[in-house]
Amino acid sequence: MNIQPPNSSSIKSRFAVKFVQAMKRLSKRRGMGDRYKRYRATRAAARVSLAAAVGPERAWSRAVLRRIKKRRGLIGRTTTNPRRNLRGLVPGGKGMDYCSLLSETAHYITCLQAQVQVMQDMLHLSSP
Amino acid sequence: MSSRQSARASRLTEDEINHLIFKLHASLQHHSNSTCNKKRSAAKILKRTCNYIKKLQREVDDLSDQLSQRFASGDINAADADIITRLLQL
Repeated sequence: MNIQPPNSSSIKSRFAVKFVQAMKRLSKRRGMGDRYKRYRATRAAARVSLAAAVGPERAWSRAVLRRIKKRRGLIGRTTTNPRRNLRGLVPGGKGMDYCSLLSETAHYITCLQAQVQVMQDMLHLSSP
Repeated sequence: MSSRQSARASRLTEDEINHLIFKLHASLQHHSNSTCNKKRSAAKILKRTCNYIKKLQREVDDLSDQLSQRFASGDINAADADIITRLLQL
């Protein structure tokens, strides 16, 4: 099993650029006056931007990007219907052998941590 | 995915699986308690891992909500170049 920690700083910067670009597009979109719609769109943008920042090199990011291509909903599985086991929490987890699942989990968690840090920084930097 | 892969996985012994789980736990380092002893079962580590992932995902959701309020209007154009620059310097 290959548990190579991802390069956090490069993921952070790639995610930051993509996410801010996505937010820019969002702010121009129609119908974004609705608070809930805006929230869902922002959340989707965050997930997509992270997967795009990682690229196709990991199974979990490929799974997220595949879902977008198929135009299937990104939201709704992990949050409205909370899974209790690892396979349900890691994107693409259900199709993996156990060894890969553990490897993907470690990478996924590190990326989530990076994502949280960037989004927190964005919030603080954008304070009026 | 392929049956070859699952056949290979089923040949992992329980010891090997436990070893992988402990490696995962070590690489996560989200438990700063250095007296964490290896007697903690694999099941507990997996449960902690799941809880940690859920916590991070909830945090992303919450930050998404706050950020969506902050950038509600079109004023993101003025701010975003500044934000990216400062983010990348961090």
